[in-house]
Amino acid sequence: MKKALIPIVVIAILGLFLYTKAVGVYNMFVQNEETVNGTWAEVETQYQRRADLIPNLVNTVKGYADFEQETLTGVIEARAKATGITLQADDLSPEKIAQFQQAQDQLSGALSRLLVSVERYPDLKANQNFLELQAQLEGTENRIAVARRNFNQNVQTYNTTLRTFPNNMFAGWYGFERKGFFEASEGAQNAPTVQF
Amino acid sequence: MQRYLLTLFLTYLLNFTSWAQGDFPPVPNPPKLVNDFSNTLNTNELNRLEQKLIAYNDSTSSEVSIILIKSVGPYDISDYAFQLGDKWGIGRKDKDNGILILAAMDDRKVFIATGYGMEGVVPDILAKRIVEQLIVPNFRMEQYYVGLDKATDMIFKLASGEYKADKVASGANDGGAIIFFLFLFLLIFIIASKNKKDNNNHMGGRGGNIDLFTTIMLANMLKGGNKGKFGDFSSGRGSFGGGFGGGGSFGGFGGGSFGGGGAGGSW
Repeated sequence: MKKALIPIVVIAILGLFLYTKAVGVYNMFVQNEETVNGTWAEVETQYQRRADLIPNLVNTVKGYADFEQETLTGVIEARAKATGITLQADDLSPEKIAQFQQAQDQLSGALSRLLVSVERYPDLKANQNFLELQAQLEGTENRIAVARRNFNQNVQTYNTTLRTFPNNMFAGWYGFERKGFFEASEGAQNAPTVQF
Repeated sequence: MQRYLLTLFLTYLLNFTSWAQGDFPPVPNPPKLVNDFSNTLNTNELNRLEQKLIAYNDSTSSEVSIILIKSVGPYDISDYAFQLGDKWGIGRKDKDNGILILAAMDDRKVFIATGYGMEGVVPDILAKRIVEQLIVPNFRMEQYYVGLDKATDMIFKLASGEYKADKVASGANDGGAIIFFLFLFLLIFIIASKNKKDNNNHMGGRGGNIDLFTTIMLANMLKGGNKGKFGDFSSGRGSFGGGFGGGGSFGGFGGGSFGGGGAGGSW
């Protein structure tokens, strides 16, 4: 009678252990994913803020009759393209992120071309309205950079837990997948060193 | 063989950590609000700025910090400022009321980074104006101390009234506390004597008036509770060094974080 009980107890304990482990891992995945989603929301908010500033900027610049049309249309088109891509937080695959980043980087490029060409218009450069917009734009770019870095850090944590053993086995069952992150822009690697 | 592998692993580990951390200086010990890694300011100027910022920190709990380094290398000065501010934890954790004025002397760049809690009082456009109108002109003339002095003055002015320091226990407070407890004692006494006709003492007991003993006990309980609170404060995070007069010191950064607010310029 007692001998028959031992395997049952062992199996029960093992089962309980596996169950708690599975639940723990699942909850960890969910927590990490929610953190990633939260920081993604911040990234989107800041990009949206930038997109919202652009019409004002374009209108201010447009007032200067001889301003190059080409640069302006470049910005407008890039903005339309960038706002056309919205990513849901539950679909942050590496390909989608890369696509999103490409569109946004294009807009960054167009914007910086605009700001460079403004250098040739002294009146515009002294325009109070323009100066404030420029400061806001700079602030938004800074916030984008911070939001992107926070997002990347959280994705890294998430991906690492997902891919390490034995979590990777559970991840397959539950259907959690790796998430994409923002790549460093080109030319950021070979640079001088920091001196305190 | 095993040993070889171990050393290899250890050197790899060391390399890795120095890579990840090496770009940012560690918080000096003891912590200071003004840190000059570039040897630009003399000791007198450093002390004056430090005392000024400590006094401000004591009265408002906002942590305004100045850091001068030689170069930010591959980083944008803004990016470097945010990361450094986050790493050092400038500002109180619950308020994020830190401001970091970072200057890279060899790069001739300066940036004012505002913590989340300071973005409202020092918006980017005003940070930009401080940089362009107060810091840059003075820095051009190598008047580094004057530039920083004026910039901090302006920040204090903008941020005045936004945050208040939490109550700090100090010797001067004791007189006030005694008067307060005397007043409380008197109040309870008056209420007790007024309620004489009321047979219920409101404490779950039946009959009898509140006697003097109960009143004293109640007052003591209140006093005791408050004492505990004061004790908590002095043994707390130690953010308040209690710097009055000439010899104050800064208690340490509170763990605030930065979200990308602020503006910069170059001279």
